[in-house]
Amino acid sequence: MPHLSHPGSTARVCPALRKPLALLVGAAALTAGAAQAETITVATVNNNDMVIMQSLTEEFEQAHPDITLDWVVLEENVLRQRMTTDIATQGGQFDVMTIGSYEVPIWAERGWLQPLEDLPAEYQEGDLLKPVRDGLSHDGVLHALPFYAESSMLYYRTDLFEGAGIEMPEQPTWEQVRDWAETLHDPDSDVAGICLRGKPGWGENMAFVSTLVNTFGGRWFDMDWNPEINSEAWQNAISFYVDLMNNYGPAGATSNGFNENLALFSRGNCAMWVDATSAAGKLFNPDESTVADRLGFAPAPVAETPKGSHWLWAWSLAIPASSDAPDAARTFITWATSQDYVNLVGETKGWTSVPPGTRQSTYDNENYQQAAPFAGFVVDAINAADPLDSSLEPNPYVGVQFVGIPEFQAIGTQVGQMVASALSGETSVDQALSAAQRATERTMQRAGYLD
Amino acid sequence: MTTTAGTTTATAAPAAAGISPAARAQRRRKVAMAILGWGVALIIFFPIFWMILTGFKTEADAIADPSLIFSPTLESYTEVQSRADYSKFAWNSVVVSFGSTLLALLIAIPSAYSMAFLPTRRTRGTLLWMLSTKMLPSVGVLVPIYLLFRDFGLLDTRTGLTIVYTLMNLPIVVWMLYTFFKDLPRDILEAGRMDGAGTLQEIWYLLLPLTLPGIASTGLLSVILSWNEAFWSLNLTTSQAAPLTAYIASFSSPEGLFWAKLSAASTMAIAPILIFGWLTQKQMVRGLTFGAVK
Repeated sequence: MPHLSHPGSTARVCPALRKPLALLVGAAALTAGAAQAETITVATVNNNDMVIMQSLTEEFEQAHPDITLDWVVLEENVLRQRMTTDIATQGGQFDVMTIGSYEVPIWAERGWLQPLEDLPAEYQEGDLLKPVRDGLSHDGVLHALPFYAESSMLYYRTDLFEGAGIEMPEQPTWEQVRDWAETLHDPDSDVAGICLRGKPGWGENMAFVSTLVNTFGGRWFDMDWNPEINSEAWQNAISFYVDLMNNYGPAGATSNGFNENLALFSRGNCAMWVDATSAAGKLFNPDESTVADRLGFAPAPVAETPKGSHWLWAWSLAIPASSDAPDAARTFITWATSQDYVNLVGETKGWTSVPPGTRQSTYDNENYQQAAPFAGFVVDAINAADPLDSSLEPNPYVGVQFVGIPEFQAIGTQVGQMVASALSGETSVDQALSAAQRATERTMQRAGYLD
Repeated sequence: MTTTAGTTTATAAPAAAGISPAARAQRRRKVAMAILGWGVALIIFFPIFWMILTGFKTEADAIADPSLIFSPTLESYTEVQSRADYSKFAWNSVVVSFGSTLLALLIAIPSAYSMAFLPTRRTRGTLLWMLSTKMLPSVGVLVPIYLLFRDFGLLDTRTGLTIVYTLMNLPIVVWMLYTFFKDLPRDILEAGRMDGAGTLQEIWYLLLPLTLPGIASTGLLSVILSWNEAFWSLNLTTSQAAPLTAYIASFSSPEGLFWAKLSAASTMAIAPILIFGWLTQKQMVRGLTFGAVK
């Protein structure tokens, strides 16, 4: 084999190469200097608002040259499982985590999150909407900062309503919604009277179903943590939901979650849709929606009580206790949830793209009011949602569309599957709710809530 | 074959006239089998074809009623490229897949050799036990492995992922090599031994060259399994060592339309392994049918 090199060959440098090499060494030294910047790993989901945050990385790094951002973007359920593993084992892989209203109080109670006390005055903590701030606090101290928040509301097609001579009242009821769905249901024109979530999951169909049960006068648990899933209120709510969807809903509703219904409504296949307020920006955008110019908004419908008729959810940024760069992480999350950030997004990405639902100043902003005619509905819905008082009868838990206990993910998903089986006709409503009641009782007994 | 169309027609006509019923039936069976084969191949390939197609649609077209007629666009590819550094993820996939395969072969070749040519009473049991570890759901050992990785500083490292993939594929690699080695006549190795070859020389000069197609197909299968693995890569990496499976996962969204972008990202993620598989399909098939033709 021929010798490709011999000892000492690297020490001899051709004169013509000396200058470029010197430049390279200089560049390497500069890079080494830049590498001293602290790197923080931010775990987040692939929602539009988070994608915008990621796209503004350069702006943050320019304003804070001592901090570099490293992004980990995952699907919501994968991210939740990944973060739970890391935080429970103190793995220290993340410095900033994107978590929801459900996780914050549970994780804060276990000491997994850094308390966010003594926030700088310029952060304007008082500007945060109170229900959102309360939902992210434990013992009165914020443990996460809200990135964007949402409630739920009724979307409807103004052209179809006008055509049928229906006028939307200030506060619609579910009985009215059923009548309108009957009138507007037109399968020949590929328009369903109403679209609602049917895909099983605690964050999918059960988010909506919980609000429906709340407004029908039901609750998940009584004050002694006994499940009430086979109560009359649950029976009425689920029977109403199943009848409504089977008669006036789209085909294959058990496969429809938020995304599927968003697609259906934006293509003009639904006369009404009750879901997250965060859909408003997308439906109002003519590039993404064919019904942008025929879109109406109304508060979420009510039945027996307005309590808990619409949900409250906030995606927020938190610092795990295991982070080895808590100061840099704090600098980042205060930047990403600040009013300055809202203004930056409004000016660079357009005012309908600003993260909604967190600050009163966003709703006082004239630019935002002009660009987003749904803004008033959203802020009213969020301010009216009370996670501490979400049902007609008193309950022992925090949360409107979820129950703030660790066992709820399993309970909610299991009950969601049973509700979906009733919707698909596999079982009757009665059978589904009896099975859900038994399963929840077992889970609560094993968890030590019941004897 | 060098026959022209004219000569083929000229010779085919009398042949068809004199064809026996048995030959005709065999021909019909052949045609039926060919149609069946193509049908199965098309069914298997259809999801990949649809994914590639969806990558060239707009998000609105992607969720509209399925259609083959649309205006193709590269906007999803542009968007996907602007949001994540594909080359970093792809390089991690290459390093981890090939690294783990090499490591697995290094461990598995001596193991399979000893089991095939120097079996003991417990060899069969050992082999079955190795395979039984594949039946354990991965999530069952997630927390212990996560803790070990945390303590050894292996979280989010290519070394850590390579070790896990090696362990994950080792049972299959050992089993496959064992099967290939067993098919080799022992006389050949004995002849080598008579000529004074030691164990290492026996493996290097006789076993490896004679079973190369089998080793190659085992290695290729191991590369493909590592490339496609998602559970461990999603759970043990964050940003530095994340392979293409993590890249794909980042384009799924709970709120908003994502199918076109996800399809574009998936197409880019499978493209290298698809091309690799296509280029090496001869070796793969040869290796997998190695025992059958002996």
